[in-house]
Amino acid sequence: MSDDATLVTRAQAGDFAAFEQLVSRYEQRMYTLAMHVLHQHEDAEDVVQTAFLSALEHLGELRQPAAFAAWLTRIAVNTALKVLRKRQGLDAVSLEAVTAEDEEGAIPHPQYIADWRDDPSQTVEQRELQRLLAAAIAALPEKQRVVFVLRDVAGMSVEETAQALGLSPANVKVRLLRARLVLREHLTRLFGDERRRLVPPRHAGDAPRATPAAQRLPRNQEG
Amino acid sequence: MKCEELLRILGDYVDGDLDPALCAEFDRHLEGCNPCQVVVDTVRKTITLYKNTEVYELPPAFRERLHRLLRERWKAPPTPHEA
Ligand SMILES: [Zn+2]
Repeated sequence: MSDDATLVTRAQAGDFAAFEQLVSRYEQRMYTLAMHVLHQHEDAEDVVQTAFLSALEHLGELRQPAAFAAWLTRIAVNTALKVLRKRQGLDAVSLEAVTAEDEEGAIPHPQYIADWRDDPSQTVEQRELQRLLAAAIAALPEKQRVVFVLRDVAGMSVEETAQALGLSPANVKVRLLRARLVLREHLTRLFGDERRRLVPPRHAGDAPRATPAAQRLPRNQEG
Repeated sequence: MKCEELLRILGDYVDGDLDPALCAEFDRHLEGCNPCQVVVDTVRKTITLYKNTEVYELPPAFRERLHRLLRERWKAPPTPHEA
């Protein structure tokens, strides 16, 4: 299979088959991205279509053919964000709104700590896994969800994510950490091995809680 | 390093963005703290799972429409001269 750079170069020279191979290679990924952001399949389809039309139109301007995937991802992400902002209107909480809580709020402490039995993609049926992952990410607050999707699903850097959302890199990192911990908690409740569950370390400010079934406590608090 | 401090820099750790001294301290904590080890490991698994799973399947009918549309646009002359 040809690499992206070869296909882009051929497409830039007028070869539609090469362009179509690029479309086939990335259409699924772009669709998943758009769905994670928008949760609505007509909107997601519009985003994918707009992104590829834009890529077709501006292909000649792409100076580094090897950077096609990152370039296309940026186009798709920006298109999806435009739809999201339009949908939010003016009264909704804007993505840019940075509150003190973002910077200083408590990090969600892990409660359910257990190693996962296996790689869920090996043990859970594909459709069921898709459903579970979609539900977990959809349950995130939007400002965490979008950051997670750009950074961890789309593979954009912290700086690129910050730029796309009009946030500071520090703010992106805080939201990203929250999102990752909340998703981890959610997925561990689904996939964690109950028999190997561990007691979470105590943290200053934690509410007192009942200790789960007898497990050994970590002894590294003062490290 | 306490568990609490580890949690705050966990993101930089899994992204490989911690400076080496802090990273060594982080590793030392992990060696002695099983819960933190499992948290780090399952955060990594969470990210990998989302990265590698196409959570939403591209509708085949849309795929066909998309390819047809792109083929039409490709054929269209770059600078159209309308009659
Ligand atoms: Zn610990």
